[in-house]
Formats: sequence, C-alpha cells, structure tokens
Amino acid sequence: MFYREAGDFKTSYAADSQTFPIAFDRYRYLAVIAFAYLVVPFLINDYWLNAVLLPFLIYAVAAIGLNILTGYCGQVSLGTGGFMAVGAYGCYKLMTAFPDLNIMVVILLSGLITAAVGFVFGLPSLRIKGFYLAVATLAAQFFLVWLFNKVSWFYNYSASGQITAPERLLFGLPVTGPSAVPWAVYLTALTFVVVLALAARNLTRGNIGRQWMAIRDMDIAAEIIGVNPLTAKLSAFAISSFYVGIAGAMFFVLYLGAVEVGEVYGIQKSFIVLFMIIIGGLGSIFGSFAGAAFMVLMPVLLKNIMVGQLGWPTDLAAHFEFVIVGLLIVVFLILEPHGLAQLWRLAKEKLRLWPFPH
Amino acid sequence: MSADFLFGVEVFLNGLMAGVLYSLVALGFVLIFKSSGIFNYAQGVFALFAALTLVGIQQGQVPFSHLINAVFGTKVHHFGWDVPSFLAIAMTGAVMVILAILVERYILRHLVNQPDIILFMATIGLAYFMEGFGDLMWGSEIKKLDVGIPQGGSFWIEEQTAGLGGDAFYGFYLDQLDIYATVFAAVLVLSLVAFSQYTKTGRALRAVADDHQAALSVGISLRFIWVVVWSIAGIVALVAGIMWGSKSGVQFSLSLIALKALPVLMLGGFTSIPGAIIGGLIIGVGEKMFEFLIGLPYLGGATENWFAYMLALIFLVFRPQGLFGEKIIERV
Amino acid sequence: MKFTKLAAAAVAATMCAGPVLADLVFPSLSYRTGPYAAGGIPFADGYADYFALLNERDGGIGGEMTRVLECETGYNTEKGVECYESTKGEGALVYQPLSTGITYQIIPKATADGIPLHTMGYGRTSAANGEVFSHVFNYPANYWYGASGVVNYLLEINDGDIKGKKVALVYHNSAYGKEPIRTLETLAEKHGFELSLLAVDHPGQEQKSQWLQIRRERPDYAVMWGWGVMNQVAIQEAANIRFPMENFIGVWWSGAQHDVLPAGDAADGYKAITFHGVGSDFPVFDEIRKHVHDKGNAAGTGDQIGTVLYNRGVYAAMLAAEAVRKAQEIHGVADITPAMMRDGMEALEITEARMAELGMPNFGPSFKVSCENHGGPGLVGVAQWDAGAKTWSLVSDFKPTDVEVINTLIEEDSMAYAAENNIEMSCQ
Repeated sequence: MFYREAGDFKTSYAADSQTFPIAFDRYRYLAVIAFAYLVVPFLINDYWLNAVLLPFLIYAVAAIGLNILTGYCGQVSLGTGGFMAVGAYGCYKLMTAFPDLNIMVVILLSGLITAAVGFVFGLPSLRIKGFYLAVATLAAQFFLVWLFNKVSWFYNYSASGQITAPERLLFGLPVTGPSAVPWAVYLTALTFVVVLALAARNLTRGNIGRQWMAIRDMDIAAEIIGVNPLTAKLSAFAISSFYVGIAGAMFFVLYLGAVEVGEVYGIQKSFIVLFMIIIGGLGSIFGSFAGAAFMVLMPVLLKNIMVGQLGWPTDLAAHFEFVIVGLLIVVFLILEPHGLAQLWRLAKEKLRLWPFPH
Repeated sequence: MSADFLFGVEVFLNGLMAGVLYSLVALGFVLIFKSSGIFNYAQGVFALFAALTLVGIQQGQVPFSHLINAVFGTKVHHFGWDVPSFLAIAMTGAVMVILAILVERYILRHLVNQPDIILFMATIGLAYFMEGFGDLMWGSEIKKLDVGIPQGGSFWIEEQTAGLGGDAFYGFYLDQLDIYATVFAAVLVLSLVAFSQYTKTGRALRAVADDHQAALSVGISLRFIWVVVWSIAGIVALVAGIMWGSKSGVQFSLSLIALKALPVLMLGGFTSIPGAIIGGLIIGVGEKMFEFLIGLPYLGGATENWFAYMLALIFLVFRPQGLFGEKIIERV
Repeated sequence: MKFTKLAAAAVAATMCAGPVLADLVFPSLSYRTGPYAAGGIPFADGYADYFALLNERDGGIGGEMTRVLECETGYNTEKGVECYESTKGEGALVYQPLSTGITYQIIPKATADGIPLHTMGYGRTSAANGEVFSHVFNYPANYWYGASGVVNYLLEINDGDIKGKKVALVYHNSAYGKEPIRTLETLAEKHGFELSLLAVDHPGQEQKSQWLQIRRERPDYAVMWGWGVMNQVAIQEAANIRFPMENFIGVWWSGAQHDVLPAGDAADGYKAITFHGVGSDFPVFDEIRKHVHDKGNAAGTGDQIGTVLYNRGVYAAMLAAEAVRKAQEIHGVADITPAMMRDGMEALEITEARMAELGMPNFGPSFKVSCENHGGPGLVGVAQWDAGAKTWSLVSDFKPTDVEVINTLIEEDSMAYAAENNIEMSCQ
C-alpha cells in the first residue's frame, strides 16, 4: 500500500536507470535529505553535534568505505583505523603547510593520499585470500600507527605528538577549531556524507560495482568471465581507502579537533567499523548507516537512560551498557542474521502489502 | 664466544618462550575454528573471564558484590575463606564448561547453518556481553593472581652459563614462569593430541572438523561436540589467563592478549594445532630478534607489534593458506 | 533512517528531563571501567568524597551546596567528548579530564566556552604558560617538572654528581609517554648522564625485549613513564631480571598501590615521584570517614581511603574547592560562574597554614598561581614502596626542580601552539 513498486512507469532509459528507480524511495530519500539540510541545522546544539550527529555521520562514511571493500568486493580489512589515521595526518600536514587551502579541498586531498596508501597495502590481496588477507591489513594498521607515532615530521615536531586542528573558514564561517559554528560543521559533514553516499550507491550499481561483486561471489569464476581481478581488487582498495581517509580527516578536523594516533586510530577503531557493517548488513549502503547508528547511538542512548533517567552509578551503567549491547547483537543475529538492512527490507515487504495481509 | 652473539642467543631463547605464550592464546582460537568454522572473537575475553573467576574463587569474593551493594545497600565483598589453588582451578574449569554449555544452548544452537561471518558477529556480541558481565561479577580493580608458579630469572641457568662470554655477559636469562608455561603448553598439546587420537569423543571431534554433514550422518551429535570444543577452548583460555595474569595481575587488559595471537593464527593457519605452536614460536623469535637487531638500534624501538604482522605477511605471500593450513583447492 | 530517528527522539526525551539545580557543579569525567579502571576508581572516589564531606560538614562552600556530576569515559576520547558536551550545560565550574587524549581535545573547546580546565600532573605540559592557555591550569606540577624532579633526586642521592651514569627511560609509546623525553635529553646534556630510551607499545603486556635490553646494558637507574597494565608488567619484569628496585623510579601515574601489589614482595623498594602526600595519616581522612563513609555515602566501595590515587582525587577536589572560595571572595557572590571560577583559580594561593586548617598538613607544596604561571611551583617529592607494610612513604620531601630549563621548554612549546592557532597573549 505505502511502498509500491508497481504502477511506476518509465518512459526513457535515463529514467529507468536512475539511482533510485522507485518513486517512493526517491521521495523518501529526498525528504530525509531535505529534513537533514533544512530542519536539523536550526535545532542543532553542541551536544547534538558532538555527541550524536557528527560521530554518526563520520562513522557512516567510514562504514561505507569498508563496506565497499568488504561487503561488495569481499576483501576482509582490519586496517580501517590505520587508513583513517593516514587521512587525519595527511589533512594536518596539508592544513599546516598550506594554510590558505580550502578545507573541503584539504579533506578531499587527504582522501586521495589515503587511497594511494590503501592501494599499496591492497597489493597482497592478489595473492592472499579470505581471513588470511586480514593479516595484510593488520600489518597496515599497526605499521601506520607506529609510523605516525615515531616520525615526528608527521606531527610537526611537537613535544607530545598530539596534532591539533587549526581554525579554518568556509564561506567566512569557522568550521574547524574551537569557535566552529555547530550548524556549519554539521552541514560540512552532511555534504560529504550525502555526496559520498550517492557516489557509492552509483559506483556499486555500475560496471565497477558489478565487477567487485563478481569477485566477492567467486573470484575464479569472475576471472573466467573476463573480470580483471587486479583492477577490481585494487580499485576496491583504493576507493574504499578514499572514503575511509575522508572519514579519518573529518574525525580529526571536524569532530575531535585534536588527536593522538594510538588512542584514536588504534585497532579498536578497525574492529568497531567492521562491527558496524556486519550489524548493518554487508553489501548495503543503507546498512552502513544503520550499523553506524547502532554502534554510535545505542551506547549514548543507554547511558542517558541508565544514568540520566534511572540515576544508576556510572560504573554499573557502563557495565550494563556492554552487557546490553552484547545481548542485542546476539538477539538481532538470531532473529535476523543478515543485519539491520535485511530488517529494513522485511519492513518494506510488510509495507508493500499493508493493510492487506496477503 | 663473543658477548654480542650470546645476547643474540638469549634473545632467541626468550623469543621462543614468548612464542609459547602466544601459542597458548592462539590454541583456543584454532580449536574452535577447526571444529565449527567460527572465528571466536571472544577468546581473549574468555581468558580474562577465566582468570577473574579463578582469582574470585581463590579469594572467596562474593560475585556481583558491587551490584548487590548498590541495590540493597549492603556491604558484602568477601565470604572470608580462601580456596586452595588447585581446587580453585578445578572449579574455574567447571565454570568454563558451564559457560560452553550456555553458549551452545543460547547462541550456537540458533545459528546452525548460518554463514561464517554471522557466527563471527555472534562471538563479537558474546565478547561485549562477557566484558560487561565479568566486570559486574568480579569488579574491575586489578587482582593479584598467585597459583604458586615461581617467577623471575632462573639462578641456576644464569650461573651455569655466566662463564661463557667474558665479563660483559651475565649468563642466560630465562624466566621461570616461561619455563613452566612451556611445560604446561607441551602437556596441553600432547594431551589434546592424545585426546583426539585415542578417545571416542576425540575421534568424533576430528570427524566433525573434517565434515559436518558426514559426521551428522553417522550419528555424531554436533551439539555435544560443540560443547566439548568450547569447553576445551575455555580451559585453554584459563591456562593462558593464568600465565599472562601471573605477570600483570588480572585486569581488563588481559583480554587484549588476543591481539598477540592474531599474527600467530595467520601464520600457522587457522586449522592446525601444530601450526599454532610453530607459528607462535616463529612470531615470538622473529619479533624479538628484529627488535634486537634492527628495531632498537635503528628504528627507535617498539617495532614488535607491526613486525609480527609483516613477518606473517611475508610468509603468506609465499604460502597463502598459512604454514599448516589445508591447501586451498579452488573450483568454479 | 527510521531507527536513527527513533533513537534520536529517545535521546531528546532523556536530555530534556535532566535536573536543573543551582549548585556548584563539578563534573568528574571518571573511568571506572575499561583498561585503566584500576587507576580511575580511586581518583573518582576521592574527588567525590571530598565534596560530599564539604556538603555534609560545612553545608557546601560559602553556603552553596556542591554537586559532583560523574560521567563515565572509560578513558575513551569519544566518550569524553560526549561527557563534556552533556555536562557543560549544567553550569560546570571546572573540568578534570583525567586523560591525555581528552585533555588535548577539550583545551580549545573549553577555552572557547570559557570553562576552566584543571589538569593536575597530566595533560598538556606547556599549558603552564597562562599567557597562551588562559583557561588551562596544571598546578602544582607537570610532567617536565616531574622529569626534572627525578634527575634532581638522582643528583641528591649521588651527592650532586651523576656524570657518566646511565639512565634508561622505559616509556609508554604514546603522547603521554613521550612527554619527559625532551626534558630528560636537555638535562642529560646539562648534567652529563647517558640517557637511553626504550619504548613500550600499548598496552604493554609483553616487555621482554625492553627488559632484556636493560639487563644487557645494566643502567644505573631506570625511569618509567607508564600507565595501565604496562606498570604492573614493568615492575614484575624488573623484579624478574633482579634490577635493584631502589634504582627504579616511576612517574606519579606509575606509583599507586595497584601498580606494585601484583608483584608482591618483589616490588619492595620501588620508588615513584609524587606532588602530594601519601598515606592515610591526615585528619581529613578521619573527617571523611566520620561524615561521609559512616553515613553510607561513600563513593564507590569506600575502601580506597589513603591509596595514592584517592589522595590525588581528594587533593584535586581540595584545590578546586579552595579556588571556589577565592572566587567567591573576589566577586562577592556565593553562586559563582565558570568565568569567576577561572579568576579564582588564577588567584589561588595555598599556604601551609591553610592546608593544616583543612586537615591536610603538608599534603602538598604551598604555592601561588598567577596569570602568567598556571603551572605552580613544580615541587616534586619521591615516595618509596614498602611491600611488607604495604605502604608508600615519602623518602624525599617536595623539592624545587630545574625551573629555568623547563620554563624555556614551556615557552618554546606554548609559543609554537600559539602561532599555529593564532592565539593572542593575555595578561598584558
């Protein structure tokens, strides 16, 4: 009833192959984007920005990046944290070396730098497969963190090795540094997220996305039907790293403002992003958002309920937070093994039939 | 013999010992992966939980005391008795078996036939749960673990070898705890091998590892085997927890030792028990020697973490299935 | 998206229902969970207990009740951000971020929001320069004073000459662990001792390479800049290679009960620098027992009194409370704002008489904060562990450190920060 695929007639090829072919989907996403652009900026404050929206948006970008590599191309990666660090440190070096460069350009460039690094660490994927490939990405993770900690050029020889984002303006408004305007920061992050998510959606629908999926489903078969594993795998590594690098740069300049590589971009970050895409759903852009939402919002929500509402001691609440998140993951998996994205698909199924049961 | 050479030998020996400790952690992963194809992310947390439980039982701590005190306003913390080490270890083993039964009953049973990645995810959920649950049950302060294993360099070895290399050399340093760990690991592996070769359950275990379907068709209970395997993995986690916990005290960071096992697994192959042992030794020696020869003098140190993975990576480029992994046969 | 919105709506509902009270609010960004919980619990308990004592005994500070707002960070920077943002709206007077990472990223934010930070013995060392860091205070001591304090102590026990001595620094391979290196290198040049650096990667469970190296080199002294599990393992490994414990000196974050207890008797004689009193022989603890614990209002389990980090928590709370008094005095109002609090902190003066009055005689050095100097006097003492009695005791009183050398370093680092971030000098 509400979600209809039938009756949506196309009269041109362009209309038939557009990003969201179903009218309802199109309007729904437009509505969400319009809400995010036109309503949220007026409601936003520091808490909402820094505790909820910004981490959600940035993790979503990282999750999309990893989903391209792991979900679409089938290459397991545990190097997300390290690649995010490349983005952040690239961004810091560019910001301090070229103070006049537009911050959007800086973030994009750091994404490109990360793509190059990801390309290099993707090379072993041509030889090593499955779980074993994780070792190559783990090597990247630990090596990159060590490198950024050791070589003081990366943090401009400061005494402690922390990097701090200097203030940069965008259209005359500060978006980084201490006096950043919350809604401007939000809109910057949102713009990146929307553009990157749409790009990912189209990439995965197109020629290259189909190559990735062919490799994921069975690489030898894919090779036989003419997919070049070299270009497919390495392009997945490069593009995925581009996304992850941008997420890392945003994490540094927009969200935290000051980072230390071992603490912020450690192995834990790699695992968290991997959890996000598995919980959200492998091979689904929407799943990346859902997974990021689950991992970012659930702890904040639980904390606010247990400490803010029920007044529990903070340590008990923190322990229960772990217990509850763990239980939720297991229960979700038992009820719906294919992630939150599948849940959404089922919901669509129901909406399609509603209110008639058959 | 020159002192430098002897120092190298010393580093080599200590690398072997460290390797054994890594293998102990890796072993738990291999056991579960081999029999059920699950990469058990919670293995590190298992080691922490086992060690926490051991100390808790040994010192007669009241489980959930913090929670009880917060809810009822009481002030309980200890029962006031001490349980002897061996009894406490046995009781902890029993707790790990119960845990295995619960895991099978409430998680695995519902996820039969799901893809590997889903089962992996389930263990992540389990890890989160256990992390919070262990802290709730036993508290999050650091606890001293003492089951009577001596620590510190062995005087005897030091004295015997002190004359080898002149004044600059003080004799080989070997930690007694490491020697004990090596012995325990050897006993553990031998008994595992004996168990899987000479007992009925052990043979069933190998059958399941080879082929789930075929094992089911000859009447082997998959559920029972899973309980057995998870119990064994739990007990291996207990041994690892004791060894690592004796060094650092039992605390949250104990769960991070799983990271030390990852390169070992990658190198040795996920499915091979000897692979876990030999992989551990190679990683242990490799990272210690690299740190000694190149890391400390030229790169500023702390290279061990990433070098372990680099080493595994180099091996894998030549043998993509790991040293002892089953050969990958690919068909379309 | 649906899920997001639901969750967001729920968060919104929770947020709006928070209590709004006119008190003196002291957020406590504690970490009672995670890898560093053992260090976080006693500090948070001490901090909360002291304010509970003030409420119970004196009816707050200057007639205003205090309220400690605890927020669990788990030593995680992202949770730290959430905690900062969720507590700052409640009129938080001063933040104690208690983690290097959280400190660094709150410094610019808190400065912009006009809320003072007190990072006592951690955080950004060069924040001692009040001209650049107007809202950050790290009195009475920071890492560089600490490093210098170690060297001075070595000078003291060697009759002023440590030329040619070998000192090994075992440090946590992170921003925190690297803090003392520059100071120690400068001092090594000045006093002619040899410094060797040994990095230990996070988390630090495996330190065999480092300690074999120490055994090989046989340095005269080992200095440790560790945290978390690294401390316990290092002390155990030092005992294992039979390194003389009295020559092993830790920073103040490596010198608590829980760091030495797991090693048992082997840790006997281990030393650590400190900037506040150790032990439980202070009248204030009796007061806390009487007014707080006996009434069942203890924070946590109430068994931490007299541990090193509990004392540090009490000390931090005392300094905050004294700054509030000062602020009330300056501005003549009881219910002060964060801006007034900043003025109070900047005018803070701690005298021996005042500390005795508060039941903490000689608990810390007497000092005076000024607009230029937010770092205090930098007096550092040394405590030693007695494994038999299970107590720490001071073996060297709070003594001055090499302020000249350090102030040059502070000047250099803070000016670089000011240039990078276009900060104008205050205090003119």
